[in-house]
Amino acid sequence: MVPVRILWLKRVVFAACLVPLVVLALEGWRRGLGANPIAAIEHSTGRWALVFLLVTLSVTPLRRLTGWYWLLRFRRMFGLYSFFYTGLHVLSYVILDQFFDWTAIFHDISRLPFMTVGFASFVLLIPLALTATNGMVRRLGAKRWQALHRLVYVIAIGGVLHYLWLVKLNTTDPDIYAAILAVLLGFRIVMVIGRRIRRPMTERLPRLPADGAE
Amino acid sequence: MLISKPPDIPPSEITDEAVYNGRRRFLAAASAATAGLFLNRVSAADLPPDLPGLPPARPSPFSTHERKTPYRDITNYNNFYEFATDKYSPATLAASLTTRPWTVTVDGAVRRPGTYGIEELIRMNPLEDRIYRHRCVEGWSMVIPWVGFPLNRLIRQVEPTGNARFVKFVTLYDPREMPGQRSDILHWPYVEGLRIDEAMHPLTILAVGLYGRVLPNQDGAPVRLVVPWKYGFKSIKSIVRISFVEKQPLTTWVRAVPSEYGFYSNVNPRDDHTLWSQARERRIGDFFKRPTLLFNGYGEQVAQMYRGMDLDKYF
Repeated sequence: MVPVRILWLKRVVFAACLVPLVVLALEGWRRGLGANPIAAIEHSTGRWALVFLLVTLSVTPLRRLTGWYWLLRFRRMFGLYSFFYTGLHVLSYVILDQFFDWTAIFHDISRLPFMTVGFASFVLLIPLALTATNGMVRRLGAKRWQALHRLVYVIAIGGVLHYLWLVKLNTTDPDIYAAILAVLLGFRIVMVIGRRIRRPMTERLPRLPADGAE
Repeated sequence: MLISKPPDIPPSEITDEAVYNGRRRFLAAASAATAGLFLNRVSAADLPPDLPGLPPARPSPFSTHERKTPYRDITNYNNFYEFATDKYSPATLAASLTTRPWTVTVDGAVRRPGTYGIEELIRMNPLEDRIYRHRCVEGWSMVIPWVGFPLNRLIRQVEPTGNARFVKFVTLYDPREMPGQRSDILHWPYVEGLRIDEAMHPLTILAVGLYGRVLPNQDGAPVRLVVPWKYGFKSIKSIVRISFVEKQPLTTWVRAVPSEYGFYSNVNPRDDHTLWSQARERRIGDFFKRPTLLFNGYGEQVAQMYRGMDLDKYF
């Protein structure tokens, strides 16, 4: 795609990614968040954090399947939006739900499995967000940067488990997220295996650096 | 035997009956438009819609004086898995439930078993306003103005035998009217139970109304149990059968997740589920959480029933 067109598309996508937040704010303003608005805010921000995480993880498979290499130019934005909604999710829990009651927060994180895994995923996401700039890629070196950013797989699994473990009985919704994540991770496993099989034995040793850390 | 003493409400705080009745007459005379100004300044949207009324109800010393949760919230935030597992759609899905005619069968270890029509139940038991705290196991709470009568009135009528050690309650099973029952997320029909002394306790009521009108379907119409010192799921909705039994009934949530839910399920700030800490709760409409009280604040009335029991073991 032409660079100018990508620039414009980026602006449009950037704005579109803010729509969930705008909708949430409008609903809140219209008092449309129901009897328990704090829970509604936590659920909405958490859902979108997960959606953007899965969107980020689908960039590489889509690029491979379609050959649209320009998709890669959006991956960082999606990843940062996932961090953005995760941050709102965590803030809504800390401020709106617990109002800085650190004892209660510590208790939740240490005692409730869904909180433990959710908090761990959030913490792991922080270094990824901090190293999202081109400068950081240079400073770390592409190889180390890629290794660090493979953490996203762990984070995604943790995020889905967080959702799966917090629902009481009806896991239909988190199951959908789990299924999508399984497909996205499965795609990568198939790619890695495929590469190994195609590669002649002589090339396998010494091992070549993997060509994608997506 | 069952109740040591009434709650500590200073007599000065209890509205004189004459004033109370006067208020009722006044309200009856007031137009619908101005009525809202007198009911705790609740906005018109928070008042019940035109559901049928009920015979006059007496006030009760068991009622709390805390600010009542608006009608809109009580009727739009419901855990009623017979309709859906989310809390918002039962308000619309439950519209399909036929609640008249309706019968409740009372059987088991009783000398006078019988089947009662809902209108008969309402007619033969003087109704009372019971404003109770309602604590959900999920960590939220409400203050709900129920209309109902003590369950022990019904129990005395049917004369339980010595074998009646527990009371088992069963919700309607009708997947055509209760779409949630088409999925096997829980074992249907919903079953709850109480020990006979818990069932006889004067705080335990069968509720047939809310905010002075008949119960809206999503809140368990036409008749439900209310046990205010236990988590909300014990207060079974839309009851069709009450059986007096010798063995502790296997209740629905205990059957579903035995590690998380116990038969007693008394509100206890010390007990932790893997999903929720029970130390505090959010009263619907409040920003700050408040500490959860043992037995939901009804300890003075009910604690003696559990004397000598390890509440952490019998959760």
